[in-house]
Amino acid sequence: MTIRHDVVIAGGGGAGLRAAIAIAEARPDLSIATISKVYPMRSHTVSAEGGAAAVKLPADSLDEHAHDTISGGDWLCDQDAVEAFVAEAPEELLRLEHWGCPWSREPDGQVAVRAFGGMRQRRTWFAADKTGFHLLHTLFQTSLKYPSIVRYDEWFITRVLVDDGRVGGVVAIELMSGRIETITAGAVIVCTGGCGRVYPFTTNANTSTGDGMALAFRAGAPLKDMEFVQYHPTGLPFTGILISEAARAEGGWLVNRDGYRYLQDYNLGRPAPGPVLRSMELGPRDRLSQAFVKEVEKGRAIDTPWGPVVHLDLRHLGEEVIEARLPFVRELCLDYEHIDPVRELIPVRPVVHYMMGGVDTDLHGATPLDGLYAAGETACVSINGANRLGSNSLPELLVFGARAGAAVAEAAEGRRAPGPAVLAQGQDERRHLERDLLQRDRGRERIAAVREEMQQTVEQGAGIYRSGDSLTKAADKLHELQERCGSVAIDDHSRVFNTELTAALELSFMLDVAQSVVRCAWLRQESRGAHQRIDFPTRDDERYLAHSLIHLAEDGEPEVRYRPVTITRWPPAERVYGR
Amino acid sequence: MPDTIAVDVTRYRPDRDDRPTTQRYEIPLRKEWTVLDGLNYVKDRVDGTLSYRWSCRMGICGSCGMTIDGDPKLACETFLTDHRPGPVRVEPLHNFPVIRDLVVELTDFMAKLPRAKPWLVTDSDKPPPDAEYRQTPAEMDEYKQYSMCINCMLCYAACPVYGLERDFLGPALIALAQRYNLDSRDHGADERLEVVSAPEGVWDCTFVGECSRACPKGVDPAGAIQRYKVTAAKETLRSLLLPWGRR
Ligand SMILES: Cc1cc2nc3c(=O)[nH]c(=O)nc-3n(C[C@H](O)[C@H](O)[C@H](O)COP(=O)(O)OP(=O)(O)OC[C@H]3O[C@@H](n4cnc5c(N)ncnc54)[C@H](O)[C@@H]3O)c2cc1C
Ligand code: SF4
Ligand code: FES
Repeated sequence: MTIRHDVVIAGGGGAGLRAAIAIAEARPDLSIATISKVYPMRSHTVSAEGGAAAVKLPADSLDEHAHDTISGGDWLCDQDAVEAFVAEAPEELLRLEHWGCPWSREPDGQVAVRAFGGMRQRRTWFAADKTGFHLLHTLFQTSLKYPSIVRYDEWFITRVLVDDGRVGGVVAIELMSGRIETITAGAVIVCTGGCGRVYPFTTNANTSTGDGMALAFRAGAPLKDMEFVQYHPTGLPFTGILISEAARAEGGWLVNRDGYRYLQDYNLGRPAPGPVLRSMELGPRDRLSQAFVKEVEKGRAIDTPWGPVVHLDLRHLGEEVIEARLPFVRELCLDYEHIDPVRELIPVRPVVHYMMGGVDTDLHGATPLDGLYAAGETACVSINGANRLGSNSLPELLVFGARAGAAVAEAAEGRRAPGPAVLAQGQDERRHLERDLLQRDRGRERIAAVREEMQQTVEQGAGIYRSGDSLTKAADKLHELQERCGSVAIDDHSRVFNTELTAALELSFMLDVAQSVVRCAWLRQESRGAHQRIDFPTRDDERYLAHSLIHLAEDGEPEVRYRPVTITRWPPAERVYGR
Repeated sequence: MPDTIAVDVTRYRPDRDDRPTTQRYEIPLRKEWTVLDGLNYVKDRVDGTLSYRWSCRMGICGSCGMTIDGDPKLACETFLTDHRPGPVRVEPLHNFPVIRDLVVELTDFMAKLPRAKPWLVTDSDKPPPDAEYRQTPAEMDEYKQYSMCINCMLCYAACPVYGLERDFLGPALIALAQRYNLDSRDHGADERLEVVSAPEGVWDCTFVGECSRACPKGVDPAGAIQRYKVTAAKETLRSLLLPWGRR
C-alpha cells in the first residue's frame, strides 16, 4: 500500500514542528505528514536547558549577535546565513511567546534575558532551565490546532526515495504494528536532529543517532563540515547528563583540584567574582573543553572511576538563585550524583554535545537534491561554523524550520506526483527490511558490541584533539566495523515494536556519520574551532576558509570537495576572549 | 553490597505469546545505575529481544514509565539500589493495553489531547502585539506548576477511575487544560469548560489523589481537578441563574 501526502517532514522535534506549522499556516490545502520515531514531545529538543538567543535589549544589536556568532564559529559561518538568522530570531521567539511559551520574566512582566557563553550581551531568552522542554511542548500543542498536519508517531524512516534526481517520498516502519509503508510526497524535510550517540559519552538522547544525515547522504545529498563536533565542557561523569551553561552564566566557577579557576591560564581573561561576558567561564565551549584537556595533562584534574573531572562550583550563588534560575540543574545533581550544588561541588567533564555539521542546505533549507530540504541540528546552513555558541541552536531550528516550511509551501505547485520508479524502490526497501533484517537468523555478533567499538574508535580518533595518525587508525577501524555491521545478530523476528531492528538500522546510520566525521577531519589540515589537529595547530585561512562537502560519488565512494565561506562584513580575524 | 540483583521483567510478544510471562535477569548492581541502565544492560548483553521505550535518560522526555515493584515510576529516575535486595519487579504501566513487553499503547491519550485545546486561545479580533504580552512572575506562578507535565502517563496508571472508565479525560489532560485556563494570556477557558465539565471530564474523578502522588514532576493534577470542579460548579450555577449566557 502507498500513502500519499504533499510534504513529508522527517522528525517531530523543534525543527520539524516549526516547519509543519509554517506550511500549515501558509498553505492549509497541503497535506503534511510529520513522521517521528518517538512521540513528538519525546524528541530530543525536550532536553535543552539553558535558553534561546535573540537580540532583545536596547543596548544590544543584530550586528553584535552576528559578530559573536561568527567569531564564536572561528569564521567558518556563512555570514549571509548568520545575518538572516540574527534578524529573524527575535520574531521567532516572540511568536513562541504568543503561542504560550512560559518564558521567564522580569518583575515588570517583560521577558527576561540571561548571559551565555561567547555572547557579549545578555540576549538569551529562557524558561528557567527547561527551555527546550517548554519550547517543544508549546510547539507540539500549538501544532494540534492544524488539521492538515497528519502525524505518524512512532514510525521509523529507513530510506529516502529518489527518482531521476528528485525526491519522491520515504519508506517507514510503523513500530506498533510492524507494517512497512511507502509514503510519497513531492518534498521531504529532514529534521531528525543530532548524532551525539556516535560517541561514547554524550549529552544526547538515545534517539540522536544521525539518521537523517545518513538518509540524506545515501540519497545523494552532501554533508557539510562534519569534522566539527562540539564538546560541552560540563557533563556529569558516567551519565553524560548536561549541566547547562546557564549554571556558569548565573555565576558558576570552574575549578581544578586545587580549587583554582584554571581558565585564567588559557587566554580567557582574569577571574572576577561575578560573571563577565565573553570571559573566563563564559568563554566559548571549544576553548573551555580544550583547556580541560590541558589541565588533565598538567595533572591538575581530579581522578574518578569515570575518568578525570574538574569541579563546577555554584555554592556562592546561594539556594535562592539556584532554585529560581537553575532548578533543573539542582534536580539532576540530586537525582543522578546524589549531591546538592547548594552545598557541594559538581564533578564535570567535557561531553559530546552538538554536531555543527550536517546536511548541506541553502538559506531556505533546500539541499542540492531536488525536493529534499533539511532544518535543525541535522542541517548545516551554516550559522555555527567551527563552533556553535550556546543558545543559538534553538533559535536556529525555529528560524530555519520556518524558512524551510515556507520554501516548501511556495514550491509545492510545481511538483508532479512521484512516478512508478519511486514505488518500485519502496518495494525494494520493504523486501530488504523483511528478508535481510527481520528474517536474519545467523547473525554473528551483538549490535551493542559493534556500537561500542565504533564509539570508542571515534572518541580516540576524532576527539577534542585529533591527528593525522589517530584519524587514519579510526578510518581503518570504521571500515572494518562497517562490514561487521552487515552481519550483526537480530534475534528478534517479531514485527511488533521491534527495537532490535531499529537499533541495527541506527547503528548503520551512525557508521555512515562516523565515517564522514573522520574523513573530513583527516582532510582538514588546520585547527579551527572545535577541530583541533595536533599536527596542524594553527588556523589556515589560505587553504581552509572553506566548507567540507562530503557526498557519494558516481562510483559509490565518498568524495570530499570544498566551498568557500561566504564573508559579507566581518573579515577573518583573531578570536579574542576575556579582553 | 552484593554485586548483582535480579530483575523480573514482564515479557509479552503478541505474535508469539498467548499471555504475558515473567523473565528473570541477573544484572550487576551498581550504585549509579537506574532501572533503565539495568534494562539497557540486558538489551545490550543478554537478550536483544526485550522491548521498552526510552530516550533522554534524564527524566524529561516522559518515555520510560513502567511499573516498578508495584508503583508507576520513570525507569531512568529509579535507582536499583533503592530496590535491594530484589528481585525488582518490572511491569508495563497499568491501565493501558500492552503492545509488547514493557511498551504500552498511548493512542487513547494522544487522541484525547486536542480536546483540551492545549494551545493559547487569543482574542481573535485583536492581532498579537508587536511586543510580548506582559506577564508578571506572579501571574506565571498561577499556571507554572501545570505546565511542567512531561506526559509520562504515570498518573493515568495510578488513577483508579481511568482503569474503569475509558472515556475519562484523565489527570494530565485536565491539568493541561488548567495550564492554559490560568495563563493570563489565554481567553479559551469557556471553550475548554464544555469539554472538561462534561460527564467524562472532572466529574468522573472521585478525588483519590493517587495521580498527584504518582507524578514525578510535582504537577499535582488532583489539585487541578479540584480547582476545576469549583469553577465548573460556579459556572453551572451561573448559567442556571443567567440562562441567556455566561459573563
Ligand atoms: C542536553 C542538551 C541541552 C541543550 N541545551 C540547549 C540550549 O539551552 N540552547 C540551545 O540553543 N540548544 C541547546 N541544545 C541543542 C538543541 O537542543 C538541539 O540542537 C535541538 O533541540 C535539535 O532539535 P531538532 O529539532 O533538530 O531535533 P530533535 O529535537 O532531536 O528531533 C529529531 C526528531 O527526528 C525524529 N527522528 C530521528 N530519526 C528518525 C527516523 N529514522 N525516523 C523517524 N523519525 C526520526 C525524532 O523522533 C525526533 O522527533 C541542547 C542539547 C542537549 C543535548
Ligand atoms: S501530570 Fe505528572 S504523572 Fe501525569 S503525565 Fe504529567 S508529569 Fe506524568
Ligand atoms: S528516558 Fe526520558 S524520562 Fe526516562
